Amino acid sequence: MTNQEMLFEYLLRLGDNSLILGQRLAEWCGHAPILEEDLALTNIGLDLIGQSRMLLSYAGEVEGKGRDEDRLAFHRDTQAWRNLLLLEQPNGDFAKTMARQFFFDVFQYLQYEALSSSKDERVAGIAAKSLKEITYHRRHSSDWVIRLGDGTEESHEKMQTALNELWGFVPEMFDMDAVDEAMVADGIGVDVASLRPAWDAQVNAVLAEATLKRPDVSWSVRGSRDGKHSEHLGYILAEMQFLQHAYPDAKW
Amino acid sequence: MDVAKTDFNDLEEAFQAKIDAEKRIEPKEWMPDKYRQTLIRQMSQHAHSEVVGMLPEGNWLTRAPTLKRKAILMAKIQDEGGHGLYLYSATETLGISRDEMFDQLHTGKAKYSTIFNYPTLTWADIGAIGWLVDGAAIVNQIALCRCSYGPYARAMIRICKEESFHQRQGYEIMMTMAQGTKEQREMAQDALNRWWWPTLMMFGPNDTNSANSAQSMKWKIKRQSNDELRQKFIDATVPQAEYLKLRIPDDKLVWNEERGHYDFGDIDWNEFKNVVSGNGLCNRERLKARVDAHDGGKWVRDAALAYAAKKAARKAEAA
Repeated sequence: MTNQEMLFEYLLRLGDNSLILGQRLAEWCGHAPILEEDLALTNIGLDLIGQSRMLLSYAGEVEGKGRDEDRLAFHRDTQAWRNLLLLEQPNGDFAKTMARQFFFDVFQYLQYEALSSSKDERVAGIAAKSLKEITYHRRHSSDWVIRLGDGTEESHEKMQTALNELWGFVPEMFDMDAVDEAMVADGIGVDVASLRPAWDAQVNAVLAEATLKRPDVSWSVRGSRDGKHSEHLGYILAEMQFLQHAYPDAKW
Repeated sequence: MDVAKTDFNDLEEAFQAKIDAEKRIEPKEWMPDKYRQTLIRQMSQHAHSEVVGMLPEGNWLTRAPTLKRKAILMAKIQDEGGHGLYLYSATETLGISRDEMFDQLHTGKAKYSTIFNYPTLTWADIGAIGWLVDGAAIVNQIALCRCSYGPYARAMIRICKEESFHQRQGYEIMMTMAQGTKEQREMAQDALNRWWWPTLMMFGPNDTNSANSAQSMKWKIKRQSNDELRQKFIDATVPQAEYLKLRIPDDKLVWNEERGHYDFGDIDWNEFKNVVSGNGLCNRERLKARVDAHDGGKWVRDAALAYAAKKAARKAEAA
């Protein structure tokens, strides 16, 4: 791969993360447990969609084959997607949505904090702008993990179950492959493996306050960097891409 | 002589005098119970409509055709949730809680706008809702900006600003589709066909059949009649449809030079009654979605309350 191809790949990973999680949050619309959360979830989803637009547009430019944000979002099949497996997992109940969000928010904050001093000015700009949003996202999801963990017996149990069910998707966030390493070497990307201790410290602190146990599960899955996804992604795409596929000649 | 009754009459007279003098009524002031009840009914119905209205649009959020459209729609739906929240708060100033209002919605005692019992079948419906439904809402709400009840009038001023933005976005979707492929033009026309008459019904019964209107006009809750507002909407919308080269599904629609307004065909009020009374395609689904969200979310709200109580207790202990 050329450096340009690697940057394209790297941007896809970032953009796809935001888009797929934003799409998942959109599914909550009108169904949240309290009206304030309907607003919060659409607000966070909107931030994520906004991030994905900036990142995918840039990816398309870097690739130089005339693909714009929509071409990339609506005309790739599952194996061309690079979002983390965690983010395509179904919403489940509110605890599961918050666990997924919390794991990612803490990760994305650390990742974008580092990216905001990227040598690639465009990446640095997107990261710096997004970091303000992510600061709010992280506070929102942390607060809910604490409330649900230290709320009622029922909410505690649901929150703990959610953490346990998603814990095996965590290690993938910190994987490094040749693309990541090349981006680090160029001063563009982040050494995500090095973020793990900070992630652990933040997550442990919230879990302790929430009276929740750090999950201890024996499994972990990975593969998104190579386009190997769970079955869920196909359905997300089938829904999201439907109009563009049904009417390929139309402009919207 | 009944002293209490005289006092009451004095109060009521003073209240009406205040309204006649175009002064706003504020939450802590005396008001006739019927005025309060009328406002609770109307404002809570308005709030419920904002919240239920998130569902037909949410139906297309995951399928929006471009990322830009998805972001715009998401922002619009978020605005609507915000309007709901704002209106619930304004209604709470009349002495009813949000939980009580939800309960009235969920048991069918309170209504929401019947328009949301129609399904959104194609992407053009999202355009039509913005253009027509929000357009009709704006006509209603501009009139309500001068409502005699202060909190409602102020809520309307704020909400109107966002709604006019929504209407432009909806019209823009319609324009893109009307200028698009053959299938898109057909979708746009089909959406107009399905949404036109229900939108006209949003203004309520004809003035001659409107039970609550006279009193509401006297109290200046309402400033213009249903038929006046409906006419205003039609007059504004017909040229917009012409610009799109779409046909409004009404053979009797014609400009009346003498009146300076469009004449239009009779509204099928049986259809309206039919949908109001439960025979719309989505009545049950819309309500069930709200009930499920509320009931299914109880454990979350309980947890938040329990946590807040624990936190307060710990703080008290530490002090």
